[in-house]
Amino acid sequence: MRSFYGVTLNTPLMLGTAQYPSPAIMAEAFGASKASVATVSLRREGGQGQAFWDIIRGFGVHILPNTAGCYSAREAITTAQMAREVFETNWIKLEVIGHADTLQPDPFGLLAATEALAADGFEVFPYTTEDQVLAQRLLDAGARVLMPWGAPIGSGLGLNNRYGLKTLRAAFPDAPMVIDAGLGLPSHAADAMEMGFDAVLLNTAVAQAGDPVAMARAFAMAAQAGALAHGADPMAPRAMAAPSTPVIGKAWL
Amino acid sequence: MRIEVNGDAREVTGATVAAALEELGWREARVATALNGAFVPKAARADTRLTAGDRLEVLAPMQGG
Repeated sequence: MRSFYGVTLNTPLMLGTAQYPSPAIMAEAFGASKASVATVSLRREGGQGQAFWDIIRGFGVHILPNTAGCYSAREAITTAQMAREVFETNWIKLEVIGHADTLQPDPFGLLAATEALAADGFEVFPYTTEDQVLAQRLLDAGARVLMPWGAPIGSGLGLNNRYGLKTLRAAFPDAPMVIDAGLGLPSHAADAMEMGFDAVLLNTAVAQAGDPVAMARAFAMAAQAGALAHGADPMAPRAMAAPSTPVIGKAWL
Repeated sequence: MRIEVNGDAREVTGATVAAALEELGWREARVATALNGAFVPKAARADTRLTAGDRLEVLAPMQGG
């Protein structure tokens, strides 16, 4: 597995911490997912922040703070600075949102914020699209990881543009890439891993499932199966049938 | 003086960000602060002075995706 700013993850799963029915179910789901990274955010202190932090710290996983909800580079940069101090990590999942309906990244704000934060010592995980030109710009700006979306955040649509994602994967063979957002089913995670992505990041698909713990386990198995399959060099598909049972030796009946 | 803390009007007597945090009960809390949209690192809180009408944001770890 490609490393993320020098960190090799034990499993290719990154899991969000939002929207679970209860903190206890979140903790159980994390255990079942075997996730190696937990995403978190910063919000106005309303009294629950300290208890939440104690729970997350107990997971013993890497912490990836996000800048969710930021619509400008300036806002995202300030949020990142605050997150670095609170979570004591240089990692930042950089979200600069461009549109409220699709929650798709604003490529211009994302690039500006990536450049500023990378120069300030942050290890940026930019939430981006499958756009190859933007990916190159982000790498040039100092990002060493890319997080292309599968589909809009929370949509559960899976890999919306498989062609674009495959092209992106092939274009930057050395860049660690995480499929972030839009996954709804374990098969989506397996698909992403089979395509050669290094990890998947999800939240809603697990947290909003009827049984989050079972779904977390299913995603863990799927992501690992996909990674194993990618490493096993899958056969090339073909249009016509090819018998797998030997033809020679078949009885003349 | 009257300042805005996390969107709510509050009356504080402390003259600095550090003093205001103490007053508001967040001295020991794991929080990050921003004043009028700019990050105020922990080490700078004691030297960052408040003026009436300032917007202070006090953020804490929270659920996120």
